Amino acid sequence: MQITCPYCGPRDLAEFAYQGDANRTRPDPASTDQQVWNAYVYDRTNPAGEHREYWQHAGGCRSHLLVVRSTLTHEITSVGFVHDKTPSPARSRRRGSSKGAGA
Amino acid sequence: MAEYSLLSLLKNAWSGNRDWKPAWRKPDPKPEYDVIIVGGGGHGLATAFYLAKEHGITNVAVLEKGWLGSGNIGRNTTIVRSNYLLPESIRFYDFSVKLWENLSHELNYNVMFSQRGILNLAHSPAQADDYIRRGNAMRHGGGDGVWLTPAEIAKKVPGVDLSQNARFPVVGGLLQPRAGTARHDAVAWGFARGADRRGVDIIENCEVTGFLRDGDNVTGVKTSRGEIRAKKVAVAVAGSTGRVMRLAGIDRLPIESHVLQAFVTESLKPFVDTVVTFGGGHLYMSQSDKGSLVFGGDLDGYNSYAQRGNLPVVEEVMSEMVAMFPSLARVRLLRSWGGVMDMSMDGTPIITTGPLPGMYLNTGWCYGGFKATPASGWLFAWTIAKNTPHEINAPFTLDRFHRGAIIDEKGQGATPKLH
Ligand SMILES: Cc1cc2nc3c(=O)[nH]c(=O)nc-3n(C[C@H](O)[C@H](O)[C@H](O)COP(=O)(O)OP(=O)(O)OC[C@H]3O[C@@H](n4cnc5c(N)ncnc54)[C@H](O)[C@@H]3O)c2cc1C
Ligand SMILES: [Zn+2]
Repeated sequence: MQITCPYCGPRDLAEFAYQGDANRTRPDPASTDQQVWNAYVYDRTNPAGEHREYWQHAGGCRSHLLVVRSTLTHEITSVGFVHDKTPSPARSRRRGSSKGAGA
Repeated sequence: MAEYSLLSLLKNAWSGNRDWKPAWRKPDPKPEYDVIIVGGGGHGLATAFYLAKEHGITNVAVLEKGWLGSGNIGRNTTIVRSNYLLPESIRFYDFSVKLWENLSHELNYNVMFSQRGILNLAHSPAQADDYIRRGNAMRHGGGDGVWLTPAEIAKKVPGVDLSQNARFPVVGGLLQPRAGTARHDAVAWGFARGADRRGVDIIENCEVTGFLRDGDNVTGVKTSRGEIRAKKVAVAVAGSTGRVMRLAGIDRLPIESHVLQAFVTESLKPFVDTVVTFGGGHLYMSQSDKGSLVFGGDLDGYNSYAQRGNLPVVEEVMSEMVAMFPSLARVRLLRSWGGVMDMSMDGTPIITTGPLPGMYLNTGWCYGGFKATPASGWLFAWTIAKNTPHEINAPFTLDRFHRGAIIDEKGQGATPKLH
């Protein structure tokens, strides 16, 4: 598996650290509803297919990335910076395929 | 169906082993059952067996989408142990070890349970303290934990690198003598045969594609072989939990699916007669009766439903293996594979009624569910039969996450990467 870092280009999986599920939204900090917080902390959608997730290019530029990857094939359809909110497909495809399905 | 015995072995050997009968039937699904179990892995089959044996509930079907044993029951590194810290875990896994000790006899099927022990190597004084604390907790709970010094380790496992120049010098190890390994396929086959001969229908190549509902109530399943109704539907699909529960409209659970790899080397002469784990990283290995070393390490580390892993973990596992046993550096690897794990958010399993009426859920085995197979089946059967958990699995219900009553062995908080 390779991830195409928007700064550094396609790099090997070994350079990246997985930071988990990006589908969750942090509840309003003022909320005191225990069920809401428990659901945020523990519950996951765990989809078989397209998954929005955080990675960090820990062994490179150290950027925090928002990646869309299939949990079935490891195909990556977009990579962007976390602060951009929406990952841009164009950016990651510019340098060719980031498919790099799992060995 | 014949009992396996010395006599039947001799008789069949005499006739060239041509007269053995299949160990279980291949029935067509009936329109309705008392209980349907989704998933013909170790846990589903054990549940069916104990439903019939302990509760007399025999109008049961086990639905398996592939062939029997195609999931994690046939993919694991076969380690059985109960070296846990928290009282709930110790009680559960000790109960399982006790069932293992009598399992071949109970099933009249040799599951080759071998209590060769498990040795956890410690590589720093802090880790030693931690392991000794765990050993004391095990003994306190009625189990067996023994602390070994490096000299004692040298005697027990001659190949381990005990030099003080090692990158992670060994300072001692925690041994659980009653732990060991078992033949994983035989466990599936033995439970299948035992359930079948008590009347349970085991239906292979039958994928559950949806649930029949009457309002909130679950009243059966849709399958690739038609609709089947049931008074109770129990789900035990391990790594596929997310996908199957979504079919019932449950789209959030405290579970993530991750891939774990395992490795097998070429056959060697007897080299190590216990299970050894490396504490400087994460690696566990044992030697099979065929002589191959069977071993594995960490998860690949990202959500995955693919039954295959990536190379960084292969490299890491191999380097740990060589750090522990330098003499193995030139041994060749024969095979490797991956399995999809149902990782729970506190590292502890879930055996529960619900989450919908008429439904029961068994999941969250992380990568330690093989050793739990008999206890999980026994307790899940109880929970299904009585509509309420047994006292041993009462702490393992799904609502613990929303009651703040998690069972977090490692004290790491919500993370799906524990075991
Ligand atoms: C590499 C590896 C090493 C491991 N090592 C160990 C170890 O050393 N010790 C230990 O204790 N544990 C270990 N485990 C964990 C252990 O194997 C699992 O926790 C345990 O097998 C899970 O329970 P099961 O046997 O019921 O799962 P499975 O055998 O996976 O059973 C689930 C079944 O459900 C079926 N299914 C899925 N979806 C559907 C559907 N829609 N309809 C019908 N059927 C369906 C699947 O085909 C599968 O057969 C390891 C796992 C792996 C992958
Ligand atoms: Zn980068």
